[in-house]
Amino acid sequence: MSLILSSAPHVRSKDNTQRLMLNVIISLLPCVAAGIYYFGWRAALVVCVSVVSAVAAEFIWQKLARKKVRVYDLSAVVTGLLIGLIVPPSAPWWMLVIGSFFAIMVVKQLFGGIGDNFLNPALAARAVLLASWPALMTSGYNVGKFDAVSGATPLLSGASVADLLLGNVTGAVGETCKIAILLGFAWLLFTRTIRWEIPVISLASACLLGWALGYDPLTTVLSGGLLFGAVYMATDYVTTPMTQFARILYSVGIGVIVVLIRKFGSYPEGVTYAILLMNIAAPLFDRIPAQRIYGHTKATKEGK
Amino acid sequence: MSEKKQNVGKVFLNGVITENPTFRLVLGTCPTLAVTTSAINGLGMGAAATFVLLGSNIVISALRKVIPDKVRIPAFIVVICMFVTIIQLVMQAYLPALYESLGIFLPLIVVNCIILGRAEAFASKNPVVASAFDGLGMGCGFTLALTLIGCIRELLGNGSVFGINLLGTSYQPMLLMILPAGGFLVFGSLLGIINALTNRKKGAAK
Repeated sequence: MSLILSSAPHVRSKDNTQRLMLNVIISLLPCVAAGIYYFGWRAALVVCVSVVSAVAAEFIWQKLARKKVRVYDLSAVVTGLLIGLIVPPSAPWWMLVIGSFFAIMVVKQLFGGIGDNFLNPALAARAVLLASWPALMTSGYNVGKFDAVSGATPLLSGASVADLLLGNVTGAVGETCKIAILLGFAWLLFTRTIRWEIPVISLASACLLGWALGYDPLTTVLSGGLLFGAVYMATDYVTTPMTQFARILYSVGIGVIVVLIRKFGSYPEGVTYAILLMNIAAPLFDRIPAQRIYGHTKATKEGK
Repeated sequence: MSEKKQNVGKVFLNGVITENPTFRLVLGTCPTLAVTTSAINGLGMGAAATFVLLGSNIVISALRKVIPDKVRIPAFIVVICMFVTIIQLVMQAYLPALYESLGIFLPLIVVNCIILGRAEAFASKNPVVASAFDGLGMGCGFTLALTLIGCIRELLGNGSVFGINLLGTSYQPMLLMILPAGGFLVFGSLLGIINALTNRKKGAAK
């Protein structure tokens, strides 16, 4: 008789990285379609360039580092898709390539590959691009259907709720059409790829704080990249805390920081930084004990 | 005190390559990250630190039998301060632009751990000539490293090296590289590459 000794998990399921990533890709398709509808062929090009360069970056690194080539797990495709959806539709191709290479090589592979990235790779890439080419990243939203629009971003000016829902506003490729994002969210929940807590709690806390600070609560949630970030970025398995209490803290933190940056910061939008900051804080939140162990009392000063 | 005779050439090369203060000892990272926004800043900082290292190593080595062991650190600092003041006044007089751009990091050479480290680890235990070469070698290693980081950051973040435009006018500078984050990225990448190369060399030697 052979005894197999192995550590947890003992229960196996059919879920593997490839399946999960495929679900995320399916859930992103409505956003891609909406982006192409509103911004035209440029949006399609932006998404294609990011996906191809992200996969290429993963392949090149794994070849160079003589690691097992794991391009087929589709995680690089997801990263590329996300990068393509959070940049302006007129982003030049070389910027997308640099962003994708940075996300895959620096943020993901240098820290140990899939499962070991300390930040969400796509968001880190966006932060790098925003710091490097602020002019290119904060303009160039007016293409496709919006070539006649000029003026402040919808975050600052008042756009109607219907326009925000349909995505009839300017913004990054994938973040404008809220209905498409909600469709994707529904698919992710239906396939149990993500859990509802993180998006819902971060949106609710942003909504509440926005309302308290005098914003319209519905517009707070629907404008800018908050919904997209809460559904696709904040729920990255690797960079979210493990315990339930820590996850709530993490989600509330995202909502609060987004609204605080919008209200008091010098940037118009703060979803990127809110999620990146909470990504960094996630391991610290995990150290807060989830429950008090029975019989455990706080150590007193006398050392009793 | 047992003082072995040291090969001065070896001592010099030790500072430049084997124990390069920036890439092997990872000392003095504060100025390394802060002033390397351009090649000329890196070179200027390196030159200033080399001058101070050379001077302080010689003086401390000459005084090593006079300085009581218990107060050696304050004594070293006073010697280092003297040389920093000299280089600061000289730079202010003859290189005002560089003096301005190095800012607070020039007087901060006083607390640069390479200089105090070499005073403690080498100059206080070795004769004057060897200490001078140690200071010179460490200084050159520091200068080389800072200039290299400065070149990379200036090239990517500004499209130029030593103020000479290399990448043409169509190049869109990657501003991140001359921000603090770029310093960490370039420094970390170079450390990684050098470690990988050293490990490969060690592997080949086995």
